[in-house]
Amino acid sequence: MAGLEDLYREIILDHYRSPRNRGELEVPPATMAEGFNPLCGDEIRVYLQVDDEVISNVRIGGQGCSISQSSASMMSTAVVGKSIDEARDVLRQFKEMMSIHEHGLDGEDAAPGDPAADQPGASGLGDLEALRGVVKFPVRIKCATLGWNTLDQALTDSCSE
Amino acid sequence: MSTNDSSSDGLDVAAIKAEFPLLQREVNDHPIVYLDSGATSQKPQSVLDAMDRYYAEINANIHRGAYLIAERATTAVENSRAALARFLGAPSAEEVVFTKNATEAINLVAHSWGRTNLMEGDVVLLTALEHHANIVPWQQLAAERGVEIRWIPVDDEGRLDLTDLDVLLDGVKLLAVTAASNVTGALPPVRHLADAAHAVGATVLIDASQWIPHLPTDVTDWDADFVAVTGHKMCGPTGIGALWGRRELLDAMPPFLGGGSMIQNVTFDGFTPADVPTRFEAGTQPIAEIVGWHAAVDFLEGLGMEAVAAHERDLTAYALRTLTERFGDDLVIHGPSTVEERGGTLSLAYRDIHPHDLSQVLDQHGVCVRAGHHCAKPLMKVLGVNATARASLYLYNDESDVDTLADALADAGDFFAF
Repeated sequence: MAGLEDLYREIILDHYRSPRNRGELEVPPATMAEGFNPLCGDEIRVYLQVDDEVISNVRIGGQGCSISQSSASMMSTAVVGKSIDEARDVLRQFKEMMSIHEHGLDGEDAAPGDPAADQPGASGLGDLEALRGVVKFPVRIKCATLGWNTLDQALTDSCSE
Repeated sequence: MSTNDSSSDGLDVAAIKAEFPLLQREVNDHPIVYLDSGATSQKPQSVLDAMDRYYAEINANIHRGAYLIAERATTAVENSRAALARFLGAPSAEEVVFTKNATEAINLVAHSWGRTNLMEGDVVLLTALEHHANIVPWQQLAAERGVEIRWIPVDDEGRLDLTDLDVLLDGVKLLAVTAASNVTGALPPVRHLADAAHAVGATVLIDASQWIPHLPTDVTDWDADFVAVTGHKMCGPTGIGALWGRRELLDAMPPFLGGGSMIQNVTFDGFTPADVPTRFEAGTQPIAEIVGWHAAVDFLEGLGMEAVAAHERDLTAYALRTLTERFGDDLVIHGPSTVEERGGTLSLAYRDIHPHDLSQVLDQHGVCVRAGHHCAKPLMKVLGVNATARASLYLYNDESDVDTLADALADAGDFFAF
């Protein structure tokens, strides 16, 4: 059985208690994308300042549960200072980790020891690895990916301008 | 603390629980405490057996074959319609139209009655308590043909604020209102509203999805024109609901869905619709579900809806008292504070813990509650929240379930004590 400690790792609770990069940026020059989780009403705003293809500033607004808030907070620290291509790479890796293919739809079936953690490339996510436990709680995957999907939208918007 | 003894109010809850197979299972190593009957109720063995028996013994399409089992299947469906009509207090079984659920019943009225009777500038009066099922079909109509939508507001306790009802009713063609809120548990004064609406010549639709599982229903007492209900919240299967409508209104309405069964005649040039209720039942109906719903009606009538209502009133009072005493100002229970004005739907806000996180911790205790906006986003905006955790009580719940909920809430408080 997947326990609460698999979901609510200490670093996740830390980002929930003290969210990083909370706030707004002036639009323009920044771009802003909004994401909604229609199931629970959570909403997130991602403000992105891009200078010379590099993300120079990120701010997160909105409200949601501990998983969506902490995941967005960790996302903001993971992509700030990165180039757009690097940010997209982190985004891709994170969404791969959140994919439930190897875990089955029933969280209880997740294999002990979590072999997915040994996959090549997984180590590149650093602190974000803490969110891996979310896949054992399939309903919460949408919470964890909300900020990231919104980042995806913001990156697309900033590139099209 | 609880004694687990509910005999004083007439329901033997331990015996009732024993009739529900799902309530015997464990979740996360705890006996299940199912507090999400507002979303869907559990089903007693008699309902499951009735559906199995239908498939094993008389499965055949209805209103078609002249052979014995087809005749039996047809009779089973019509018996269910008659039982439901009796349960609703409807004057005639022919006024009961089977639909997929209450949502489809409301859409049927919006498409068929609405598109016949509502023109540009006509007013539909809704309330801020409504479920999306009783909002969106009218907004679709508003977008399509310029119907105006007005709203009866709610007060601080999640009750309808009827201060300006006379003004709001001016020029109204349809009043569509819930009989019981799926968020605050508030019970609007349906008869009073129906009288006021009829006084200005309006038609009245009642969404009774959250009412009929819990309280005795009499559509004649309500003096309603349309009543939408669903089976799966009242111990019946999913996939079956019904619309009750006044005969003269139904008779004047064009078909909703076109297809098999709903016609008298079809030629190369056109079709003649069947009489009510067949006119509104296109295609093969969910026969097993209709049969299962009949068993659910029998189950509830066996207990007696007065006894069910009394049990839930006592249990709701116990829950309000227990949770308030135990958590004080840390816990907000949205909705009216007295059981005279509310049902057993308790939308909770506990400290600053997000409902999703709350329900996650509760799940570890085997406690099932709903977290989210409950398909009532306009109401959530009025309440000033994005989401709540909702515990909804039903006939198979007892005081020990409420105690387990309280223990689990306390644990969540410890876990998220920052």
